[in-house]
Formats: sequence, structure tokens, C-alpha cells
Amino acid sequence: MSTANPTLTYNYKVVRQFAIMTVVWGIVGMSLGVLIAAQLVWPSVNLDLPFTHFGRLRPLHTNAVIFGFGGSALFATSYYVVQRTCQARLFSDGLAAATFWGWQLVLISAVITLPQGLTSTKEYAELEWPIDILITLVWVSYAIVFFGTITQRKTPHIYVANWFYGGFILTVAVLHIGNNLALPVSAFKSYSIYSGVTDAMMQWWWGHNAVGFFLTAGFLGMMYYFVPKQAGRPVYSYRLSIVHFWALIATYVWAGAHHLHYSALPDWAQTAGMVMSLILLAPSWGGMINGMMTLSGAWHKLRTDPILRFLVVSLSFYGMSTFEGPMMAIKTVNALSHNTDWTIGHVHSGALGWVAMISIGAIYHLIPKLWGVQAMYSTALINLHFWLATVGTVLYIVAMWVNGIMQGLMWRAVNEDGTLTYSFVEALEASTPGYFVRFLGGAIFLSGMLVMAYNVRMTIRQKDAVALDNSVAQAA
Amino acid sequence: MSMDINELRGIHTLLVMIAFFGICWWAYSAHRSKPNDEAAHLPFDDDEIDQRTREQDMTEKKQ
Repeated sequence: MSTANPTLTYNYKVVRQFAIMTVVWGIVGMSLGVLIAAQLVWPSVNLDLPFTHFGRLRPLHTNAVIFGFGGSALFATSYYVVQRTCQARLFSDGLAAATFWGWQLVLISAVITLPQGLTSTKEYAELEWPIDILITLVWVSYAIVFFGTITQRKTPHIYVANWFYGGFILTVAVLHIGNNLALPVSAFKSYSIYSGVTDAMMQWWWGHNAVGFFLTAGFLGMMYYFVPKQAGRPVYSYRLSIVHFWALIATYVWAGAHHLHYSALPDWAQTAGMVMSLILLAPSWGGMINGMMTLSGAWHKLRTDPILRFLVVSLSFYGMSTFEGPMMAIKTVNALSHNTDWTIGHVHSGALGWVAMISIGAIYHLIPKLWGVQAMYSTALINLHFWLATVGTVLYIVAMWVNGIMQGLMWRAVNEDGTLTYSFVEALEASTPGYFVRFLGGAIFLSGMLVMAYNVRMTIRQKDAVALDNSVAQAA
Repeated sequence: MSMDINELRGIHTLLVMIAFFGICWWAYSAHRSKPNDEAAHLPFDDDEIDQRTREQDMTEKKQ
């Protein structure tokens, strides 16, 4: 297809900025994760200070990895993909720049407020009301830039990746505003307008859709562009991708109640959450198969291309954790797994295996393109990163499976006279080896991110010398 | 006869099912085959603009 406007160019500047910040926030967030993992093995690592305590650093870890690392990756790739598949420049360069600086300001605010204990205590929505308002402003600007670009498209179709990104942007806006409605009592203290079990349901409606839309739909958008692009062939089935989109977004919003099994939430709502979670397996696996099958006829590329390996292995982890999730949502399984490390293992098989690995693959694909060089500085280092990430993730998940099932079994064990067989601290003591292996897995994953930072730095540095030559060579 | 909430829920389930099968039918129908193919190729259609963007970014840096 030839392009209509011979002077049209894309805005790559904001994509470059977000791509770099993906790596930076990845290192910050994962370092915090390794630190708090170490605190669970060696409690004195909390330094006995309030602002380095587990309870305050854990939300900073989750905010930094989800919104800093994952969020920057989503901004970078969505701005890139929407321009390239719509053949239109971003709707507004100024507003796009505002989303970059605004989002960084949100993240810096998290770094400042959370260690001080300023928190609304809602999981993945801990930030207090002034920061919530800032998030809303940035998010509305993001929606204007994204959907504005779609309205200016030169192509007859809206590529499926943009449907996923669009679904993610709209739903997160609704969820964020809905869940964070609160009455401020001072500059950094507010109370949720919901009370009791309604508040809990609102929180997990948000909480599970932070997973379903922020950490899934957005990254599926990434998958639908970068897997075909890196494999050099169009997606396996475009019509399956349409069904995948509508089935996934229609089902995910109902699943949140599975976080509240055996709680004060009405039984029918718990069961509805469980059933919808089970149904979710179908669209999740439909999407995974669609991504995987895109490689049919190109499997040999996996041998030489570690970027493609990142993307494909991320899909395997996606398939694994979206099988595990519905299973854990079954009430009887949840009776064993709830409040144990199994949940943390499940989250990280999604977060490290799926979200981080597909983002890392996408960023490796993007960096050379954005800086006008042919390839990353070192393919060997990408390969090294791939193995560090895979080994780190597997160690992490296995440790948490073992710990989680052991804790669940120890907590429910009763003697013949009905008394508990184990005290809580005995289960905790038995968890220590697992905590150490988890720390090790996390540290290995983090070391991969440091290798990535070096590789990205060297790639950007070499561009001045060779960039234009490569650029011309690529055109030929 | 007045309608109670459960009838409404039943109707809602039916409507959602119809919508789902409708989407499947639409996505898989023969007349959508060509547009679907075109859409699937969109990631490969814009190298020219990408190229121009990079050349412009380079000249801006040089100046």
C-alpha cells in the first residue's frame, strides 16, 4: 500500500522516552522486589526503619513494576503501534509529551509518598487522592492522543492491536475513577465512599481488572503487533483475534469476585465470579494459540532470534498462568490457595513470565528501530537476558508453588481432637527455604534487566556513528 | 403479568449469547475474508513512513 501523504512522519520521540523509562522503572521496581524478598528471608534487612519496612515498600514495588515498568511499556508500544498501523502521526505531540511527563510525575509521587506511609490501602490503588486526580488527567490525555490518532487514520481498518489498547485505556479509566472515589479529609488522607463489602467488591473489581485490562488487554495489543512483526508474517487468524477481543473484554470484568471467596460477599456473587473466571480460560487460550500459531512455518527463527524467543516464551507463560488462574478461582481450590504464597507465585508467573517478557521482547524490537540502527548492540546479551529471565521466573514460581501448597496444607491440618496441628509460626518457619529460592529467582531476573540496560545504552551510543548508513542500507 | 428481575437476567443472558454468536458469525463470514486479510497485513504496510521518520530524526539531530 502506498501512502497518501508524502511528507507524513511519526512521533518517535515520545516512544523513545517511554522505552527508556520502561528499562529504568523495571530496574527500580524489580530491585525493590528483590529487597523485600530478602526481608522475608532476613528480616533485619528492613533496617528497622519505618520507611524501609516491608509494609511500605511492597506497595512501592507493585506500583513501580505495574505502572512504572508495565505502564511505560504500554505507553511506548501503544503510541508506536497506533501510529504505524493507522499510518497517522500522533493526534497531538504536545499532549503526548504531557502524558510522558505527567506519568513520570505520578511515579515520582509514588516514590515519595508510599515509603512515608501515605496510602489509601487499596491494593494496586494505594496512591492518595491528589495523585489519583493527576493519574486521571494523564489518562484522559492518553485517551485523547490515542483515539484522536485513530480518527485520523489513513487505513480503512483499525488493526486489532489498537482494539486491545483502546479497550485497555477506556476500561482502566472507568475502573480507576470508580474505585478511587473517596472523601478527602486532608491533603494526603481520604476515605473510600464505599463501605464494608461493597468497598471490597469495588476494590477487587478494580484489582482483578488491573490484571485483566492493564496487565492483559494492553499487553495482548503488544502481542498482536510485535509477534507478527518479529516473525515476519501476519497473525495466524485475524477473525479469531476479533472473537478473542470481544470475548475477553466481555468476560474479564466479571471475574473480580473470586478474590472474595468465603467472605461476607453474597454467595451468588462469589459463584458468579468463579464461573466467569472459568469461562475466561477460553478467550485467554484462544489468544495464546493465535499468537503461537503465527509462528507456524517460522519456528526455525526461534533458534537464531532471542527477541522472538522472549515473545513466544511470554505466550507460554501467559497460557500457563491463565490456566492456573481459573483453577485457583474454583472455590474449593481457593480454600487451599487463598492467602498463601501460591497466589504470589501465580501473579509472578503472569508478571514476570508474561508481562515482563513480552515487554522486554517488544523493547528489544523497538530500540534499534527508534534510534535508526539495524540491530541491538549485542544479540548474545539478549540471549543471556532471555535465559536469566526464564531461569529467574521458573525458580520464583516453583518456590511459591511449593510454599503455597505447603502453607495451605499446614494451616488446614487438624488433630483428632479438632485442634490445629501447626501454629502459624511453624508454617512460616517451613517457608524460609522457599523464600530464599524466591529471592534468588528474583535476583537472577533483575540481573537480566541490568544486562538489558547495558545493551540498550551501548545500542544508543553506537547510533551516532552508523545510524544514517544503516538507515540507507535498510531502505535498499 | 409483571416481570421480575430474574426474567430480566434470563433475557440478558440470551441477548449476550446472541451478540457473541453474531460476532463469531460476522468475523468468520466469507464476505469478511478479504477485509480481514487486509487488516492482518497492516503491520507490514508502512515502511515508507517509518523510513522517512528516521531520516528526519537524523537530520534534526545533526543540525
